[in-house]
Amino acid sequence: MFSPLQLSIRFQYLVSILLIFLVSGVSYYLTDYTGYRVVALVLLMTVSVLAMLFRILPVLLAALLSALIWNYFFIPPRFTFHIDHTEDALMFLLYFLIALINAVLTIKIRQAESRARDKEEKETTIRLYNTLLNSLSHELRTPIATILGSVDTLKENRDKLSEKNQAELLTEIDTAGIRLNRQVENLLNMSRLETGLLKPKPEWCDLNELVHRVIRKYENPETCTLRFEPDEMLPLLKIDGGLLETVLDNLVQNAIQYHPGHALVDLSVRYESNTCLITVSDHGAGFPEEEIPRVFDKFYRLPDSKTGGSGLGLSIVKGFVEALSGKVSLENNKEGGAKFSLSIPAEASYLKNLKNE
Amino acid sequence: MNKEEILIIEDEAQIRKLLEILLESNDYKVWQALSGKEGIVLAANHPPDLILLDIGLPDRSGHEILKELRTWYNRPILMLSVQDKEEDIVSALDHGATDYITKPFRAAELLARIRSALRRSQPGPATACITCDDLQIDLAARTVKKNNEPVRLTSTEFNLLALFVKNEGRVLTHHYLLKEIWGPGFQTETQYLRVFVGSLRKKIEDNPNQPRHLITESRVGYRFI
Repeated sequence: MFSPLQLSIRFQYLVSILLIFLVSGVSYYLTDYTGYRVVALVLLMTVSVLAMLFRILPVLLAALLSALIWNYFFIPPRFTFHIDHTEDALMFLLYFLIALINAVLTIKIRQAESRARDKEEKETTIRLYNTLLNSLSHELRTPIATILGSVDTLKENRDKLSEKNQAELLTEIDTAGIRLNRQVENLLNMSRLETGLLKPKPEWCDLNELVHRVIRKYENPETCTLRFEPDEMLPLLKIDGGLLETVLDNLVQNAIQYHPGHALVDLSVRYESNTCLITVSDHGAGFPEEEIPRVFDKFYRLPDSKTGGSGLGLSIVKGFVEALSGKVSLENNKEGGAKFSLSIPAEASYLKNLKNE
Repeated sequence: MNKEEILIIEDEAQIRKLLEILLESNDYKVWQALSGKEGIVLAANHPPDLILLDIGLPDRSGHEILKELRTWYNRPILMLSVQDKEEDIVSALDHGATDYITKPFRAAELLARIRSALRRSQPGPATACITCDDLQIDLAARTVKKNNEPVRLTSTEFNLLALFVKNEGRVLTHHYLLKEIWGPGFQTETQYLRVFVGSLRKKIEDNPNQPRHLITESRVGYRFI
């Protein structure tokens, strides 16, 4: 079904009148071949089309106008409003009624559809909100439970706990705190996106350095290997380094978190035709092809994925990249694993003339 | 030796408690103020060796307290800030804060910052030769050696390095560095800074991609250690 066109009401009246005149004009020359009764059906169809697109008043005007035109120009005797045959009089009356009913019904259907759409949107919002609450209460309460539980255990069983167990509990508290902090950061970033407060502040950035900074943060010989071959010819780029760092941070963390065993992640940065191209590629299981279109959705998590994620990371990636006027895409590598590709427009500075003496 | 004294100006009781225990167990004497007003009175009556100042205080902003303190107090002031507030940090540093640390912070990092700030505030013997790990910088002769091998620096590179070395351990904002090296009017030309920090790193760092000396403080500036 068509959605009502966003045309001004005056324009809708004008189009209604012109269309009826046009259709009547064409029909007028065809009456000899078709007979005048077919013209009524053609005009009825015209009114129906208008009803699909326009508001009620222009459509009613079209219905009235077409009825009068049909009567005046087509029903014998022509060029009078007089109708000779009872049959024609009845048809004229029916024509008028059908045109009216047609107009009113079509518009009612349209309204019902729009109500259904609103309801659906509202339900989607509620569903998302519930997912948020579920995921939040889990993602925030798990570390809180760990902290409180560990602290209680340490407080009440001081003498019974071995040094090793005490140290382990302290490490658990530490990990839980870091996790909690990360989730809060995600939520803050999400709300910055949602409220539209996110305004990129571009400044000159050395992207090789930025990528190395992210790598240093996650590098850990026990859990992952991060590979990056810096392009020494890469110019400085004018880009919001803070936002980009959060994006890469989320992508790298995502790659490591869902990687079975020791994670191997490759990063690359290139600059081509005023665009900064970044890839983050892993050698994990990749994404099921049918899920790829949905991975950037808010709160989306792969079916059966392990706990420990909020489903916010990749939607923040998408939101931030779009705030940088860029695009992010995901594909599976032929040799396995997933590859995220970012393309972000950025000004470059080669500073060839800078005096260094 | 007398214990060094630290004044904490912080409204959050939990953070105050944590800092008190952490600092006292590391042999500092701790004074506490719950508001900016109280902090200023305490500092005036009994000037501490270092002040830990929270940027977000309820009565007056940490920035105002900082400005007021800096009219007479010349020992280190460390700002406590929350993340994602780089503008606040830059502004505090440009108004005389010695250093900053963001909440949530790790204890070891905070202690290192405090020690570094206190050490720098003690005027050491005036010397033109400074050694920093594998680097030896002679400010008078304008020469630099790395692992006893001479390093050739351009004049601008040397000026930049000298500025960093004189402020070892301290964050220097982009704005400050540009003004000091290139002069007023260049404060926004951050690409100059990036280029020269890059070329300096190639000459003084073992691995320019993983710098040990010239550390980037995202969106704020650089720190030489």
